[in-house]
Amino acid sequence: MQVGIPKELHEGERRVASTPEVAQQLRALGFKVVVEAGAGAAANFSDEAYKEAGAEVGADAHAVWRSSDIILKVRAPEKHPELGIDEVELLDGKTTLISFIWPGQNKALMDAMAARGATVLAMDSVPRISRAQKLDALSSMANIAGYRAVVEAAQHFGRFFAGQITAAGKIPPATVLVIGAGVAGLSAIGVARSMGAIVRAFDTRPEVQEQVESMDAEFLLLEFEEEGGGEGGYAKVMSDEFIKAEMALFARQAMEVDIIITTALIPGKPAPELITEPMVKTMRDGSVVVDLAAEQGGNCALTEAGKVVRKHGVTVIGYTDLPSRLPTQSSQLYGTNLRHLLTELCPNKDGTIDVNMDDEVIRGATVIKNGEITWPPPAPKLTAAPAQAEAPEPPPVKAVEPRREKASAKALILPFLLGGLALFGMGLVAPPSFMAHFTVFVLACFVGYMVIWNVTPALHTPLMSVTNAISSIIIIGALLHVSSGNGWIQFLAGIAILVTSVNIAGGFAVTHRMLEMFRK
Amino acid sequence: MHGLVTVSYLAAIVLFILALGGLSHQETARRGNYYGILGMGMALLATIIGVVTRNHWILILGMVAGGVVGLGLARKVKMTQMPELVAILHSLVGLAAVLVGFAAFLDPDASAHFEGAEKTIHDVEIYLGILIGAVTLSGSVVAFGKLSGRVGGKPLMLPARHWLNLGLLVLALWFGRMFLAQAAEGGGTGPLVLMTVIALLFGIHMVMAIGGADMPVVVSMLNSYSGWAAAATGFMLSNDLLIVVGALVGSSGAILSYIMCRAMNRKFLAVIAGGFGGGSGKGAATGVAGEAVAVSAEETANLLAAAKEVMIVPGYGMAVAQAQHVVFELVKTLRDQGVKVRFGIHPVAGRMPGHMNVLLAEAKVPYDIVFEMDEINDDFPAVDVSVVIGANDIVNPSAQEDADSPIAGMPVLEVWKGRKTIVLKRSMATGYAGVDNPLFYKENTRMLFGDARESLEGVLKSLK
Repeated sequence: MQVGIPKELHEGERRVASTPEVAQQLRALGFKVVVEAGAGAAANFSDEAYKEAGAEVGADAHAVWRSSDIILKVRAPEKHPELGIDEVELLDGKTTLISFIWPGQNKALMDAMAARGATVLAMDSVPRISRAQKLDALSSMANIAGYRAVVEAAQHFGRFFAGQITAAGKIPPATVLVIGAGVAGLSAIGVARSMGAIVRAFDTRPEVQEQVESMDAEFLLLEFEEEGGGEGGYAKVMSDEFIKAEMALFARQAMEVDIIITTALIPGKPAPELITEPMVKTMRDGSVVVDLAAEQGGNCALTEAGKVVRKHGVTVIGYTDLPSRLPTQSSQLYGTNLRHLLTELCPNKDGTIDVNMDDEVIRGATVIKNGEITWPPPAPKLTAAPAQAEAPEPPPVKAVEPRREKASAKALILPFLLGGLALFGMGLVAPPSFMAHFTVFVLACFVGYMVIWNVTPALHTPLMSVTNAISSIIIIGALLHVSSGNGWIQFLAGIAILVTSVNIAGGFAVTHRMLEMFRK
Repeated sequence: MHGLVTVSYLAAIVLFILALGGLSHQETARRGNYYGILGMGMALLATIIGVVTRNHWILILGMVAGGVVGLGLARKVKMTQMPELVAILHSLVGLAAVLVGFAAFLDPDASAHFEGAEKTIHDVEIYLGILIGAVTLSGSVVAFGKLSGRVGGKPLMLPARHWLNLGLLVLALWFGRMFLAQAAEGGGTGPLVLMTVIALLFGIHMVMAIGGADMPVVVSMLNSYSGWAAAATGFMLSNDLLIVVGALVGSSGAILSYIMCRAMNRKFLAVIAGGFGGGSGKGAATGVAGEAVAVSAEETANLLAAAKEVMIVPGYGMAVAQAQHVVFELVKTLRDQGVKVRFGIHPVAGRMPGHMNVLLAEAKVPYDIVFEMDEINDDFPAVDVSVVIGANDIVNPSAQEDADSPIAGMPVLEVWKGRKTIVLKRSMATGYAGVDNPLFYKENTRMLFGDARESLEGVLKSLK
């Protein structure tokens, strides 16, 4: 089947749905790849690079759309009157479109595409389960957006991020507050930390505290009990009291921090307003707010989607195209996500796809199947349940230890008593010559016990081979009998000498060989 | 003359103790081995000069032939086959104990000067020496067969096997009584031979019933038996050198068995009673949720190259795939690139105590980056990538998390606490304990399927 990659129509969109590297990997899956001329130009991928990767370059959008069975795109289909292209019109019954769709927000588009009889897979509807992580384009893009948010903030912020002591005086470090520690938030935390800023973070889900602290940032706690985790790892709408406590915290923080990066989103709902105009007023002049939720209405009251505005001395950045501002990186990650999805769709690597609705991941991503709207999918099952599995961790260990301790204290008495009695009984009947040997034996056992515990575990194998060699000292027993006049005894002693010699020579030699290998 | 022999024996005893003491550090281990050789040489020389009066040809023939065979074995053996070699050498000690026991029994001069209680004790010593020797002999041969794959690794579960063992023991005691009664009048060959057969059967049955995963315990236990056999022979011959060496070796093997049992959180008696480790167990007590995520060699290489701290956890699979040399190449490459690489060794990794250390040493891995479980287990949270090579039960989190698991309470390497774990494995099959491993389904675990050596060669290629 042929995979087509048209040029993105959206104003300012620099990403492309496939890089030359991904094109090559798609060809390895058995697909033929056609790229519209100039599709990758804004992301720094030339037509020549695609050609080198084995892709064809199609002259215009019409040619690519008409000839391809599968269309890979970044943005949802749209109209471009000046170029005379209506992407929905270009869809037909045999086409499978894979791109971001946002079916919840784009009802009209969904109906139009369904009317064309096409099959549509939405990258934004891939279920959030462990297996689908590699095709989770939202996470890939969020990661980039978080990175870019810090870069944008740095550009509009008039100072260093890292503190320094210079000859000209002391420079305090910048303080960054990140609200929402999802993929984008964590990414922003990491970048801001590595630039030297002091980073604080807040999230309604207490379980992310550990992740935040692992990135060396401070997790701000609310003294309030409410579980903020919703289905699929996203946040949910919180109660009024919680929001009140939360807003008080933000108001305090706004007075202290230099940069606020907000990433708070609730799926299918407008973004919650977290930074109010009075809060912005209390921020120091020259501070920066980066609002990653600008497209969904913004977390900051003063955000204007797609624009940078300066209000009350504070720069409010509302770009909605942060991933597109890092086009090479985001195209590469998005293309790889698409390639993973196509690998799922094409299990036989024969260049044909099978939209298998029994597969949880494919079912979730498919929003229109042959003209029939299949969105929303049934609720996904959460797979790994680590919370339950890890809960009973301590009991078995704890249960074993004390029992052993108690037993050893009590159990020691009995063997000592029995041993003492046995020795006493033996002393009564055994002849003195035996007792002399027995003394030597018991002492030797103790010497062995002391010496062996000191042997380093790494040398346990050489220990075994060397003890094996020296236990062949039993050869002396054979030597004592070899001078006998009895032929049978000679024979037995001779064989014993033979086998123990094998053991002595072999044991020492192999020990030597092994020890030679242990080098620093 | 007799005094000189005794003094030589005393010197040999001291040298043997020094030999074992030398093994406490890698630096002194080689010197220790030389002490051992020296002690053995002195003891032999003193005995040959002081005691042997004729038939020197048998002695020389036996020693030369045996020495050549022994050296040949030592030179040829592959490090992955060490457990087999050790097992078969144990059987030779057992064989020698049996032979010497019979020789002492047949030699009228040996017991001529014993009377009354001394005579009885001497007979008991002969009987015990042969008994322990025979069990060691047949047990070691079976262990050799299991380790070398000539005999299946699954435990043989005869019906009523415990009763069978008890029956054999009672029979051995019964023949012992009979032997003592007959020996007092100069006979006793019949019961002695019958007992030897029973002891051989007992040894076979005991080891047959023990599964592959318990082999480290079996090998060290047989090591211990070979020592006790030597000690019993020493008592029989009233020879302190044999008694001391036997006791040293016996306690050494016993301690190793104890260490191995503790490392598996198993009772020694339970191991000997057998039956564990054949995959028959109650199996997966918990149906593990989730799916394992596979990676390619190339992605593995990228993960390793990006890491600062790498921990490698080898298991028996590394020995099977003969992957230790590739592992070394990989470690060298990573270390050249500034990655800190360490090895974490579980006490029962492999088929005998210290097996992994020997393999890594063979591959020239410097021993100061090879650590024991207790030394590094707390470091895992700081590890970026753990690489588990052909190990399963020793990295199984259910030992800590699941109280119903057959391996609950066994100390394990806590690889899952690291940032990423890559597990090299042939397939999703369970380990020897037959327990499913939730590690494979953890979110930060990636599976690299295939033969360990080929996989690692792939990783190495993309890393360079």
